[in-house]
Amino acid sequence: MKKRAVAVALLTAATVALTGCATSGSTDGTTAADACAPSTGKVDLTFTTWIPGMEETVAIWNKANPDIQVKVQTGPNGNGGTYQNFFNQLKAGNAPDLGQIEYDALPNFRVQDGLTNLAACDGVLDAKSDFVDWTWGQVNFGEDKSVYAIPQDAGPMAMFYRADLFKANNIAIPTTWDEFATAAEQVRATGGYITNFSQSDINQFAGFVWQAGGTWFKNDGDKWTVDLTDPTTTKVAAYWQDLIDRDLVSTNPPWTDEWNNAYNTGSDWTWNSAAWGANSIASGAPDTAGQWAVAQSPQWNAGDKASGNWGGSSTAVFKGSKHPYEAAKFALWLNTSDESLTMLNKTANLYPAAKSGLELPALKAGVPFYGDQAIYDEFAIASAQVSPDFIWGPTMTQTYNDVSDGFKAAVSGKGTLEEALKVGQTNTIAAMSAQSIPVNK
Amino acid sequence: MSTMKTDSARPGRGIRPAQSKTPKAPLAQRESPLARGGALIVMGVFTLYFLVPIWWLLVAASKNRSQFNSTNPLWFADFSLFENIGNLVAYRDGVYLKWMLNSALYAGGGALIGTIIAGMCGYALAKYNFPGRELIFNVVLGGVLVPATALALPLFLIFSQISLTNTFWSVFLPSLVSPFGVYLARIYASASVPDELIEAARLDGAGEVRTFFTVSVRMMVPALVTVFLFQFVAIWNNFFLPLIMLRDETLFPVTLGLYAWNSQVNQIPVLRDYVLIGALLSIIPLIIIFLLLQRFWRNGLSAGSVK
Repeated sequence: MKKRAVAVALLTAATVALTGCATSGSTDGTTAADACAPSTGKVDLTFTTWIPGMEETVAIWNKANPDIQVKVQTGPNGNGGTYQNFFNQLKAGNAPDLGQIEYDALPNFRVQDGLTNLAACDGVLDAKSDFVDWTWGQVNFGEDKSVYAIPQDAGPMAMFYRADLFKANNIAIPTTWDEFATAAEQVRATGGYITNFSQSDINQFAGFVWQAGGTWFKNDGDKWTVDLTDPTTTKVAAYWQDLIDRDLVSTNPPWTDEWNNAYNTGSDWTWNSAAWGANSIASGAPDTAGQWAVAQSPQWNAGDKASGNWGGSSTAVFKGSKHPYEAAKFALWLNTSDESLTMLNKTANLYPAAKSGLELPALKAGVPFYGDQAIYDEFAIASAQVSPDFIWGPTMTQTYNDVSDGFKAAVSGKGTLEEALKVGQTNTIAAMSAQSIPVNK
Repeated sequence: MSTMKTDSARPGRGIRPAQSKTPKAPLAQRESPLARGGALIVMGVFTLYFLVPIWWLLVAASKNRSQFNSTNPLWFADFSLFENIGNLVAYRDGVYLKWMLNSALYAGGGALIGTIIAGMCGYALAKYNFPGRELIFNVVLGGVLVPATALALPLFLIFSQISLTNTFWSVFLPSLVSPFGVYLARIYASASVPDELIEAARLDGAGEVRTFFTVSVRMMVPALVTVFLFQFVAIWNNFFLPLIMLRDETLFPVTLGLYAWNSQVNQIPVLRDYVLIGALLSIIPLIIIFLLLQRFWRNGLSAGSVK
């Protein structure tokens, strides 16, 4: 028996030691761009993405560029495992050349020193004007001579609403959040809910804060500042807490059957969501086809023109890639060329971050589900109104988890959204300290 | 074979299986109706508990998307199961079929070879006396306690060193190892393969390998089938190792493929249908394997109990 215990202890110790080396962080404040020279001869690149059908787009590139062949690798979405795989691969030294990373995860890869600064690569700095302004802010972290990824898609937010129900009940389409609250009472009087508050997907709330002009993180080059409880965030939280308290919004967990059903049966009337949400409604609420329309998000002050953003991702080149020049060239083509953007929109409903992409014929046409309204025109307007100042922190997975725990409790009557954000604030600072990321306490 | 005796003096101090010692207990002649009814209720509740999710899956997979949300989740609407299957199989040039094939290769091949290895190991540990035998066995026992999930990341780093990540072998090779199989095979071999029989085979001129494959394996079949089943199910359901090792979609097993799809249903809603139907189809091979092999398995559980 004694021998067995020793054997077990040894095995466990070995496991712990091996697992242990996968987690450690390094921060480095350098802003110098990495060297970026063309390679000679034929180059093979690997590109990991979870966008279905990416192969078809890449095939166009491979055909036109026999000397730079790209191989697509895939997996679950970022937080579903692909980000962890990237970190494992960076550790093992076999990361792909290129990878898809959502904006909110980029700072994490940045502080772990996993990204190549592409600023020295041909044409990358000049590409700034090709992209919607705020998306560029997401990939250069506000540093002039830095570009850590090429923006791919975006999720500018607007308001999907049931045009038929608002009309039939003589309720005006709200253009400010005050009007929205008033309309909420009127809608509730008819038995419905004006919208659903996303209790578990914190990105929607982040989008509201983004629109209101708040930002949760700041990085002055040396240290991070976390501010989940600034006055703007608190204002937004108090607004939604009030609607929840008065039972004016439903709180179904997003993407569930109840959630779909609430829209399909006409119990929920609006959804403040991103461009890609157009398909979520169309598939979740098929019985309501033709009844929906899209308007700009309600504003905090009448006459303002501000929008939030929900989601979106970029194409990054990992540290350790032997061919950053070619990788950057491919990433620019992938995210700016008409042929690529058209294909990505067709196969995966991507809403482009490139300005030229907003003019694609597919994004100019009327959509039958929305009564033939050219809804993407609204999103193009919204995209231009998104503030470039919102930045994400380096530990978003943890922040999301902590805040969504609090939000879930708040919608069931325990605590408030503001309290949840306070907890998120404390835990985020603690998590960053634990990873030795410099942060103002 | 006249030397065969049932009561063999076994060398070593292996763990004696309980069932071979159990005397034939006089069965209770009359169970009270209350006890019988109670047992039936408990079994009924558990059967329901285990079958309802599968029933739900079957019903959900047979609906089209608009009916999925709007009709009773536990009863059929328009029956479009076959149409759905057709769509799934057609999606992205039949990548789903490729995943099923991969799973069959990983699980079938891995379980087969893994069972042979485990059987040989267990047999050797039970029937040969050599220094360090108990130590080896204890290390293997320790292996039973280490969850496979905990080993996935170390394995990834090791496979990275030899550039084998993202290959068939990166999932297949680790699947060949089954500490529990070794344990079971040892216990079973020491209980059911008499030393006298091996001795007789040796006297008749059979080499050790031949003795193992022609004599001992036959007596160990029930245990080996059990090991095979366990190993097959474990590999089929193994998700974490492929998740960490594989990037190439054409290498995915069905579990990882469905998971990857499921992680994108928010933005590509049609994938939700495919995940449901795919999940339903992916349990069919497991059911078939169980139905085919349960005969051997049942024999295995009772064999040796009434010597």
